[in-house]
Amino acid sequence: MSPTAQSPTASKKPRKLRILVAKPGLDGHDRGAKIIARALRDAGYEVIYTGLHQTPEMIVSAAIQEDVDAIGLSIMSGAHMTHFPAVLELLEKQGATDIRLFGGGIIPDEDIPELKKRGVAEIFTPGTPTTAVVDWIQKNLEGKR
Amino acid sequence: MCEGEAATSEDVRMKSKRGTKTSRRPTAAKRSAPKGSPRAKAKRVAHARRIRRAPEETPKETPKETIGGALRAWERDVLEAGKQKLPLRRPAFTTDSGIPIPDLTTPLDRSHEDYLRDIGFPGSYPFTRGPQASMYRGRLWTMRQFAGFGAPEDTNRRFHYLLAQGMTGLSTAFDMPALMGYDCDHPMSRGEVGKEGVAVSSLRDFEILFAGIPLDQVTTSMTINASAIVALCMYIAVAEKQGIPRAKLGGTLQADILKEYIAQKEWIVPPRPAVRLVVDMIEFCAREMPRWNPISISGYHIREAGATGVQELAFTLADGLGYVEECLARGMKVDDFAPRLSFFWDVHNDFFEEIAKFRAARRIWARELRERFGAKDPRSWLLRTHAQTAGVTLTAQQPYNNVVRVAIQGLAAVLGGTQSLHTNSLDETYALPTEEAVTLALRTQQIIAYETGVDRVVDPLAGSYYVEQLTDEVERRARDYLRRIDEMGGIVRAVEEGYPQKEIAESAFRHQREVEAGDRVIVGVNRFQVAESEPIELLKIDERVTRRQQERLAEVKRERDSAKVALALRGVAEACRTGRNTVEPVLAAVNAYATLGEVCDVFREAFGTYREAGNF
Repeated sequence: MSPTAQSPTASKKPRKLRILVAKPGLDGHDRGAKIIARALRDAGYEVIYTGLHQTPEMIVSAAIQEDVDAIGLSIMSGAHMTHFPAVLELLEKQGATDIRLFGGGIIPDEDIPELKKRGVAEIFTPGTPTTAVVDWIQKNLEGKR
Repeated sequence: MCEGEAATSEDVRMKSKRGTKTSRRPTAAKRSAPKGSPRAKAKRVAHARRIRRAPEETPKETPKETIGGALRAWERDVLEAGKQKLPLRRPAFTTDSGIPIPDLTTPLDRSHEDYLRDIGFPGSYPFTRGPQASMYRGRLWTMRQFAGFGAPEDTNRRFHYLLAQGMTGLSTAFDMPALMGYDCDHPMSRGEVGKEGVAVSSLRDFEILFAGIPLDQVTTSMTINASAIVALCMYIAVAEKQGIPRAKLGGTLQADILKEYIAQKEWIVPPRPAVRLVVDMIEFCAREMPRWNPISISGYHIREAGATGVQELAFTLADGLGYVEECLARGMKVDDFAPRLSFFWDVHNDFFEEIAKFRAARRIWARELRERFGAKDPRSWLLRTHAQTAGVTLTAQQPYNNVVRVAIQGLAAVLGGTQSLHTNSLDETYALPTEEAVTLALRTQQIIAYETGVDRVVDPLAGSYYVEQLTDEVERRARDYLRRIDEMGGIVRAVEEGYPQKEIAESAFRHQREVEAGDRVIVGVNRFQVAESEPIELLKIDERVTRRQQERLAEVKRERDSAKVALALRGVAEACRTGRNTVEPVLAAVNAYATLGEVCDVFREAFGTYREAGNF
């Protein structure tokens, strides 16, 4: 299966969705980020992984340079209430609010409504199967660009 | 030894003391006659004779050929018939590392075994049965709960609480900025101050962290690696301010930088200069701190990143052998530093494989140190270890199930012969543990220690056909990896090439696939799910910690003698350049209240920084 974006003009060749998987801050736990990156690639998306220890600035600039459709942040360090809003703010500043932001990691349930209110599209918590992330992308991102 | 053989009086005494059926009588004898008196001895011998005369206690040994024949008959007539009636639940059974598990292990599988060579006695080479002769009969393992969060005051309070609850050693978790060598006011520290551990930037923070704790009476473990040298020096400085000389300090510095590149990924400078700093610490401690373990060679993070048990064992031992080689290259003598090298294992759910891992680890290490490096001091052969239950096996779903997982993993660590143990808290998939959760975790190991009886017996699983076989197989597979790493030119080279990293990522991905396919059951996650678990109470880090820490840091910087700081930092830079041991210069710097970030900036300047390619 190769999910493709539905272009409004049927003649144009549809392109694969591009997704940036990013590790913000100092947190080195990259098991989840790597698994998600690989699962998304296996599902047919173009995946770019930033590597570790990225600042929000580095992440947003990579997202714009790589012309991605979405950014997935992986955060296990408890710094999610800092990093998600910082990335959203920069996307807005750069006029790149069409890039959707989602994420996962050790994020307590009680913080999720606040993150969504600020504009995070979805949060995946521990134990989520990779297929659930792929399903969500298919439903929410494909055909939206 | 089988019962049919002639027994010496020593053997007889051993049996009568250990035999479960007779356990009450020798105790009575001990009470009525002084230990070692002729009367007591006569009683014991007479008693043992009575056992020996009982016909069911003296079967003649069955020849191996007969067992083989009987086994084949059993397989044909009993096992196959059983499988016809009730097919096996899976086509093949394996351990979590993928080691095939046969239908049955029998004495025939052990025919190659040489007891003295391969298993031996506890406290004796090759230490398969444990590092001490009496194990927990002499001293229980150290109950050491890892703690660190928020400001130094918060963690200091938790330390005092845990000591009051019967914890027997301290273990310090530092926050990400400290681990990566940044002060709390650095832009990279945004949002991370005090989050995953305690925030420390200067000696002032260390003074608060250990306030009111007599450092000559506890042992302290510090989980810090890339910036470990700063933590070591700050700890020495605090102790010396308390009037305690460094030679009296007991504890463990993790300082295992190789596994950072492999798994935990909190680094500052590239691998080679980073290893040099580790060797500096080992060298310094060998000379000045006889009770201190300058390194804890850690499988924990390697396993948590996705390695199998065999990979954890192999890569960790490879790291250990790598450090030994580097120390020898420095000109140190193996017996001068090897006795202080310590280890740290993860304990997962595959009960027997975990126990086999602990036993195989001791045997491989003993053999390598003695045979490869020619160590003469038996303490150099000894693998002493801390263990922690596996964070990655805990689930956010039905979090109370985690208590059960932790109990079983903790039991495996004890049956494997650990010297120290951290049991995880049930809430760790959400946040750092609350006081209530960490108390339950500590109680779990106290129950293992005081109620289950496993503390009363040394290596009770020795001689189990399965456990011995698995110990051999785990060793064999780990040695295959060690050989491959040797062929690559050693572990530093292998790490630079990303070899262990790639192997681990593969295992992690395979594991995830198995979970999602339902081939690997995680209770509450992919089977036996419930709609919703009740929310549990979580620890919240006070968001004001960052500001308070930054204010304290500013105050320290205002009050210190900046000329003295600059001079001391130049001393560190000079040592980096000339190759002189860096510990004393760093100690001088922290004593002048140079900050952790400032010292690490000197390292960055001298050695450059490390970046990993974002492969997945």
